[in-house]
Amino acid sequence: MNIFKYFGEVFGAIRSLWAGMRVTGYYSIRPGKVVTQQYPENRKKLVIADRFKGEVIMKHDSNNQHTCNGCGICELNCPNGSIEIISNKITNAEGKSERIIDKHIYHLSMCTFCSLCIKTCPSNSITWGQDFEHAMFDRNKLTKVLNQPGSSIRKEIKEVKETKEA
Amino acid sequence: MEEVFQDIIIKHSDDYIINMGPQHPSTHGVLRFELCLLGETVKYIIPHCGYIHRGIEKMCEKNTYQQIIHLTDRFDYLSAHMNNEAVCLAVENALEVEVPERVKYIRTILAELNRIASHQLWWCAFGMDLGALTTFFYGLRDREYILDIFEESFGSRLLHSFNYPGGLMHDLHPNFQQKVKDFIKYFRKKLPEYDQLLTGNIIFQQRSIGMGYMSKEDAISYGVTGPSGRGSGFKCDVRKHHPYSAYSKVDFKEILYTEGDTFARYKARIDEMWESMNIIEQLIDNIPAGDYTAKMKPIIKLPVGDYFQRVETARGELGCYIVSDGNKNPLRVKFRTPNFSNLFIINKIASGNKIADLVAISGSLDLVIPDIDR
Amino acid sequence: MDLNIYDFTSFTKWVDTALNSVMSPGWTMLVELVIVGIVFIAAYAVIGLYLVLAERKVCAIIQNRQGPNRVGPFGLFQTIADLFKLLGKELISIKNADQFLFNLAPFILIIASFMAIAALPFAKGLHAIDLNIGIFYMFAVSSLGVIGILLAGWSSNSKYSLIGAIRSGAQVVSYELSVGLALLSVVIFSGSMQLSTIVESQANGWWIIKGHIPALIAFIIFLIAGTAETNRGPFDLAEAESELTAGFHTEYSGIKFAFFFLAEYMNMFIVAAIASTVFLGGWMPFHLGGFESLNHVMDFIPPVIWFFGKTAFVIFIMMWIKWTFPRLRIDQLLKLEWKYLLPLNLMNIVLIAFIVLMGWYIK
Repeated sequence: MNIFKYFGEVFGAIRSLWAGMRVTGYYSIRPGKVVTQQYPENRKKLVIADRFKGEVIMKHDSNNQHTCNGCGICELNCPNGSIEIISNKITNAEGKSERIIDKHIYHLSMCTFCSLCIKTCPSNSITWGQDFEHAMFDRNKLTKVLNQPGSSIRKEIKEVKETKEA
Repeated sequence: MEEVFQDIIIKHSDDYIINMGPQHPSTHGVLRFELCLLGETVKYIIPHCGYIHRGIEKMCEKNTYQQIIHLTDRFDYLSAHMNNEAVCLAVENALEVEVPERVKYIRTILAELNRIASHQLWWCAFGMDLGALTTFFYGLRDREYILDIFEESFGSRLLHSFNYPGGLMHDLHPNFQQKVKDFIKYFRKKLPEYDQLLTGNIIFQQRSIGMGYMSKEDAISYGVTGPSGRGSGFKCDVRKHHPYSAYSKVDFKEILYTEGDTFARYKARIDEMWESMNIIEQLIDNIPAGDYTAKMKPIIKLPVGDYFQRVETARGELGCYIVSDGNKNPLRVKFRTPNFSNLFIINKIASGNKIADLVAISGSLDLVIPDIDR
Repeated sequence: MDLNIYDFTSFTKWVDTALNSVMSPGWTMLVELVIVGIVFIAAYAVIGLYLVLAERKVCAIIQNRQGPNRVGPFGLFQTIADLFKLLGKELISIKNADQFLFNLAPFILIIASFMAIAALPFAKGLHAIDLNIGIFYMFAVSSLGVIGILLAGWSSNSKYSLIGAIRSGAQVVSYELSVGLALLSVVIFSGSMQLSTIVESQANGWWIIKGHIPALIAFIIFLIAGTAETNRGPFDLAEAESELTAGFHTEYSGIKFAFFFLAEYMNMFIVAAIASTVFLGGWMPFHLGGFESLNHVMDFIPPVIWFFGKTAFVIFIMMWIKWTFPRLRIDQLLKLEWKYLLPLNLMNIVLIAFIVLMGWYIK
């Protein structure tokens, strides 16, 4: 073997290794370049994107009213069966029979966060919540009822519709 | 070595068999290689897949076309956007819907961002396969920027079912353009660091140059596509040869290497990251205004017939074949996933090498196991 | 040396005479052995645990992470907590393993590194045993550890372990040569194999400075070969996480695994300590011939700090190497030794012999 080629190989190898060591050496003396975050400590300062898909929630206003009329389109569109709608038929003050929502059950454990329920909701009553800390000791706790207890459907929409018809 | 059978595997009862996987750090998931060893040398490799089979194709048959999309996220989770796009394009072509230009541009940008993110993760894992553990964190550090962009626009970082037949789920976040530009600026500075750390390294080059040679003929006959196939000189870039979305409007090179070894496949991916950044830079300032979705009926029914659409994912060519009988559910859906074809060349190119080379070669094929099993 | 404030000889003498005055010489000997043993066990555990922590911190900063920071301030008690966790773990017994050898293997590894640490000069007089062939003894004893690795791989009756152990055997046998030849270069320079004499010979400058280029080459070769001998860094083929899951200690659990882990880090410490003793002057402060005021200032820093500082520096280099490079393949590993390190080393030895003969090193 050519002796110059041999030493050329050795020095070439050392140079290439030094190039890599320069990169790691650069970071090894710069703790300021640390990019990781300290999660439980920085909980208060966490910035969660406002479109973050944490869980499906139902929008309630200050009067504990929502706009869901229990039409069941979200249940139809859900690919995994993670939404169940239980609705009741009641007779309203005018004597007509009307369907109102009893329970909007949401199984977070089965949800694949595909957004189809939210995209197809005709009354725009469900949306994404940004809560992401879903760890539980019991799977049953991941089954949620989205309409809050005692909540009622907001009448405005209906009134608007009625005025239109009139 | 004469005893190495590269195409036909003949088992003997006294073979020294090692099961690499299904739980093994370098198979990147639940893949099992049945290795026969002669000392350190691998005599043959039998890949066993099916450990993460979820029957996605069968599930598609009872779902509507909108519902299929979120299932496609789950086979190659690192190129989720491109998988979604395949179904969307197939449905749109079947219905002959004219998709707004804005959607095409956004889809192209997102696909390229996703490709960069995927190649970054591949780079991390490939370095780790070879024993350079620091690469893993540098790659993930830079990938975080892309995932943050995704999170802001779609709400999820990995499995963003953002496509919808006819367009997108919703419009982009107002910050999107600025953030993408910032990322490109940042990553153009960081990518040379990858070269210093790994590409130029003599140990890495010795481990990869000349290892796992795949000829162009092999690549074609096994159907190896994507950067793995292009490392062997197989011109298989769907973006170039059958352009979809906005790829016909941008000027980009098809990365081709003819060496066919691990290093060529490595270089093909590194160069694709540069090329993807070029594509994004051409498009990001020119996103046309307009609607984010075409007008679609709420219930999509494809006309009777069969439809095929292929896209280029980060790992190769994804084909989506839909047979429709006119109902709202497809009659049959078949996905031609790139990793399934890429996997089975492993015996051909890795047998006769050392165990360490097998790890490097399977890393250079960039396998995602859920994509193999579906 | 005229400055004797940091000399431990008088202290040990005083302990010896004090013990002799209250008991017979035989008992004195026994008590001294026990004291030295306890001190070394404590030092061993503390050094081993904090090296693990140091490695985790260094690699974390290199990788833009923070590293352990939960247990204690800056995570200082993290590895102690880990030790208690490992103590509480179940010792899984392997059904078809050779139980006797399986249990023996970690102890062989630990004992080998224990024996090596005994001959290290930590400071003037702080030296458990000053053999006249000290360097040879350490070199011989520290390579006993490979028997433990081979036994562990063989007796666990697992294919991954066996491959790892055989790899380690081939590796250590080859790199032993380079380690020995690199150390030989300093033996030629100093003309002695006794560690205390080697350290004393560096009173007017460390060998890496006095021996200039050949000593530097020997130092680099020693670092590479020493890293390889401890199965670390780019040469961790015996473990090879991405290939053999964990190599020779795949089947070990609990405290037996902790022994392997501790022994690996102690071996790293021993290699670094030998490198600092032989090439960087050991506990000898930074002296340059002719600069009396500088030498005088340097003397005020205690020798123990000099020793551990230099060792820490060498350990940092070894960690830096480990967290930068990809792993070599087994045939490349052997090629590096037999085709590059060994010929370079032999040339270097001849060069050093010539330099010493002509007196061209800095005296």
